[in-house]
Amino acid sequence: MLEVKNLDKSYQKDHPALTNISFSVKPGTFVAIIGPSGAGKTTILRSLNQLIKDDNGEILLDGSNIRSANKAQLRKYRRQIGMVFQNYNLVERLTVIENVLHGRLGYKSTLAGVFGRYTQAEKEEAMSLLKKVGLEDFALQRCSELSGGQKQRVGIARSLIQHPKVILCDEPIASLDPASAQTVMQLLKDLTEEYNLICVANLHQINMAKKYADQIIGIRKGQLVFDEAADLLSEDILRTLYDQDITKELE
Amino acid sequence: MQSSAKYLTRKGWYQTAIIAIIGGTYILGSWVLNFDNLSGLMAVPRAFGWLGINFQPTAKSVEYLPKIWQKLMQTVLLAISSTVVAAIISIFVALIGSKVTGINGFVQLIVRGIASFFRNIPLVAWSMILLFSFKQSDFTGFLALLLMSIGFLIRAFMEIIEDEASETMLALKATGASYFQVIFQAVLPQILPSVLSWILYMIENNVRDATLVGILTGTGIGFIFDLYYKSFRFDAAGMTVLSIIIVVIGLELISNQIRKVIL
Ligand SMILES: Nc1ncnc2c1ncn2[C@@H]1O[C@H](COP(=O)(O)OP(=O)(O)OP(=O)(O)O)[C@@H](O)[C@H]1O
Ligand SMILES: [Mg+2]
Repeated sequence: MLEVKNLDKSYQKDHPALTNISFSVKPGTFVAIIGPSGAGKTTILRSLNQLIKDDNGEILLDGSNIRSANKAQLRKYRRQIGMVFQNYNLVERLTVIENVLHGRLGYKSTLAGVFGRYTQAEKEEAMSLLKKVGLEDFALQRCSELSGGQKQRVGIARSLIQHPKVILCDEPIASLDPASAQTVMQLLKDLTEEYNLICVANLHQINMAKKYADQIIGIRKGQLVFDEAADLLSEDILRTLYDQDITKELE
Repeated sequence: MQSSAKYLTRKGWYQTAIIAIIGGTYILGSWVLNFDNLSGLMAVPRAFGWLGINFQPTAKSVEYLPKIWQKLMQTVLLAISSTVVAAIISIFVALIGSKVTGINGFVQLIVRGIASFFRNIPLVAWSMILLFSFKQSDFTGFLALLLMSIGFLIRAFMEIIEDEASETMLALKATGASYFQVIFQAVLPQILPSVLSWILYMIENNVRDATLVGILTGTGIGFIFDLYYKSFRFDAAGMTVLSIIIVVIGLELISNQIRKVIL
């Protein structure tokens, strides 16, 4: 269970990026966060694993507060929270399997991690995850040689090997063509069910959100204006959310 | 619309003004220095003519070759070793000083200050300063090149880290990896090609500079060029210059090949 309570954040004084955000997500749920550019979606997502230090509130993962964690505890929380990025954020020069194994670093001693020493079991798991995302033949290829959709699947495998409770995706399909976007979204949805994950994805495509998400959270100017099951997202709400008609998006 | 047209007109005026200022400065400068532009221009072909005749290596200058070659290799090695040592020092300093991997704002400021200090003292000045303490020796040249290279490389490496490593760094931080794991598993592999490319460039550059430093410190190829030149053995001096050019071009070709492979 992921619970966010009364989260506040401002980058500059008197310009709040987030005000009083509260929501909760049950395991096995795919949540989409939607809202116009600059609404604060990235800020929410990065607060959830404390890449951004928020100002106020609580973030509870299975009851324990991530916000009050010290450095060592934070590492332990972060390894339970996978992250998938719009620009994939892989080490392009390294091979696919090396990038997947990076997801294990949070579990390793500093020295073993620095020298990239992984156990046989970890390597086998990396291979089976690559198979799961359909990239078993690419294990030894450099990431720079992959297409965008393939890179994103490497990113997903990297987060899965963390054995996460939560996966955060910041616009995971914004750089992908429609077909790869569908593949990636379907993959995320299937994984959410299979591993009973909490998957939180920032999306700009409302039709995608409606199609794949179980729960939708709408953010506007740093405030939460909608938090319901996906099929309850109506025309009216979209109009308030985006300040204009976007009927076509829904089809 | 209106304001962008205005902006472009204003930009046009700025450019005209800048060109006028540069031109004016030049004319004023020549007038103050009594520099006769025409005869200055005329002297250029004559100078090259003189060079062509006097500096032409003859059959006899070939016997200087072994000596020249030995000194030249000494200089190349000096350049390479100073660059490599500078690179090792710079990468650590850049890591603690860059905006994304740095320790804190204060350290970043200090590192930037040091880099710009080393970079902005001319190489010749470094050599002269170091001559006092270390006398005329290879080590003086080594140190002068080292300090200069450190100044350049710290700055270059910091920019590379900031441009190329911040995204992957964020990703690994999010997995719960520790600082050193992130540095060794994400930052260093990610920046390696650009860093190597800069080291190669610095080596090429330092071979040229080492020649100049050698004249001051009395070592390497610079020293024997100076020696031949001052003893009016112009053909041998010409041979020295020719060898330098060949080696520098050779090095550039080699490093271009290496770049092609690593990038
Ligand atoms: N590092 C920062 N420093 C200052 N202000 C920031 C910073 N990052 C974000 N902001 C501001 O906070 C607000 C929310 O930004 P955020 O990136 O969370 O929006 P977003 O919903 O993710 O937008 P997009 O859909 O364009 O990605 C914006 O007004 C933005 O200008
Ligand atoms: Mg964003």
